[in-house]
Amino acid sequence: MVSDDLRGIWYIMLKDLRAYYFKPPNVSWGILLPLAFVLAFSIRDPGNLEGLAPGLLALTLLFGASSMEAIVITFERRVGALERLLLAPVRLPALLAGKILGGVVFGLVTALVVLLLALLLLGLSGINWLLLLLAMVLSAAAFSALGALVSVAVKEVFEAQTLANVFRFPMMFLGGVFVPVASFPPWLQVAARLLPLTYSVEALGVALTGGSSATAILDLGVLGAFTVVFFGLATWALTRRLA
Amino acid sequence: MPDPVPVIQVSDLTKRYGPSESGLLAVDHISFQVHQGEVFGFLGPNGAGKTTTIRLLAGLAEPTAGQAQVLGLDRSQHLPQIKKRIGVVPEASNLYDELTAFDNLVFSMQLYGVPRHERAPRAEELLARFRLAEKRDVPFAKLSRGMKRALTIAAALAHRPALLFLDEPTTGLDVLSARSLRQMIAGLRDEGVTVFLTTHYLEEAERLCDRIALLVRGRIVALDTLAGLKAQVQGAAAVEVTIEEGNGRAETRRLVGEEPASLVREAMALAESEGRRLLAIHTVQPTLEDVFVQLTGLSAEVMQAEKGGKGK
Repeated sequence: MVSDDLRGIWYIMLKDLRAYYFKPPNVSWGILLPLAFVLAFSIRDPGNLEGLAPGLLALTLLFGASSMEAIVITFERRVGALERLLLAPVRLPALLAGKILGGVVFGLVTALVVLLLALLLLGLSGINWLLLLLAMVLSAAAFSALGALVSVAVKEVFEAQTLANVFRFPMMFLGGVFVPVASFPPWLQVAARLLPLTYSVEALGVALTGGSSATAILDLGVLGAFTVVFFGLATWALTRRLA
Repeated sequence: MPDPVPVIQVSDLTKRYGPSESGLLAVDHISFQVHQGEVFGFLGPNGAGKTTTIRLLAGLAEPTAGQAQVLGLDRSQHLPQIKKRIGVVPEASNLYDELTAFDNLVFSMQLYGVPRHERAPRAEELLARFRLAEKRDVPFAKLSRGMKRALTIAAALAHRPALLFLDEPTTGLDVLSARSLRQMIAGLRDEGVTVFLTTHYLEEAERLCDRIALLVRGRIVALDTLAGLKAQVQGAAAVEVTIEEGNGRAETRRLVGEEPASLVREAMALAESEGRRLLAIHTVQPTLEDVFVQLTGLSAEVMQAEKGGKGK
């Protein structure tokens, strides 16, 4: 049964990447959006690219990993294609894991573009590569699992997009992307600490520009916990919805 | 021949949606067996519980009560093993629009663990058999309705299931596609695949099924071979009466009843009461439609009227 599940995870991920993610419009949008962010901020504040790089990278991961993810499951449920997967000898958590993994891979690919740009502009010195890799993967996992949770909570594709934005926009402003969380008033800092993006930005910041490793490790743990909670809730909600 | 374990064995299977007592009873304590190698038909109007029964047996829904064994395995304990050995064709053709005919078949096989080296040859074989070889590299979205249906059946057969569920296989198809699809379904029997088929087309059940269960409002009201069902109808007599309508036209009516002689008297009385001439009178074999009307108390029009806009 475990081998059936693992096989299911792998092939569902590959199928999603082929059928949905790596289509020309998605790839170009996935890359254009972060590029536009980078361009906008480097024009506005050319001196502070170093400070912005972790936030932009996190934001790219957020949009890359969660945008399609939130739509794909809703869409497949609408057209009945999800039922094919439910009929197969693959258990529900494995099915969701395969879907989430598709979002993770896509998020990482789009983030790679921003990362390369950041490295070109900032240089390679002082980067903690292991931490960078872990922070990117765990961020993508948390955001993709959030996308999955959104998609099982709604019925229509447009609702999925709206609900995803309900989560994403506060994160954009409170997650420390543009303004460091430390400069917020205390009550807003508490709010920021409830959002996965905050930990993603922080961990990526340590990986790219240095800082406390202890903080970064804690951030990774929190991102992992977010992933597990979102995944668990999504599995629970989908099971209930299908019963 | 030894009496083999039934492919499907269901007893008192029940599904209630919503709260107990007041909820909708979609499947109401049904019991039946499906034997190895037969085409078994579930015939009934919309909302009779046909699709729900498939969903219960295939693990897409949980029964409220009752037991079911599929391929000798208890459904409540061995669902993953059962899923590996059954194929399900839902009412809506639901393959992936974005993938080609070939890739859809391969993906199905990947999910069911068909060994890598067998996938491509099996996909080609199925495409040829379902007359889709030319459409090998065409995305599913671009296929005609009949081709989509055929490919959906092919995908359900890709992992060589021992039991195939077909939910309304020909609904919404044009006459030619439906006919060619029925030939393919009939061909499955020759391969030893057991087929569980739902339909609301009387003639489809009549043509394809070895045994037929009539399902009305979640209950099986009759279950037998076609001949057996016909014999169950009291008297098993039917006559067709042609009556003059005036201005050169004629109207044909069908009367079903106890015995031919009384039907003939009934026909004559009918013509007389309307002051019209009786042109012809034939005794005919009762059809499944007659049986259906007699056993269910529903008019055959209930079935026919619902052929068009069918929801779920």
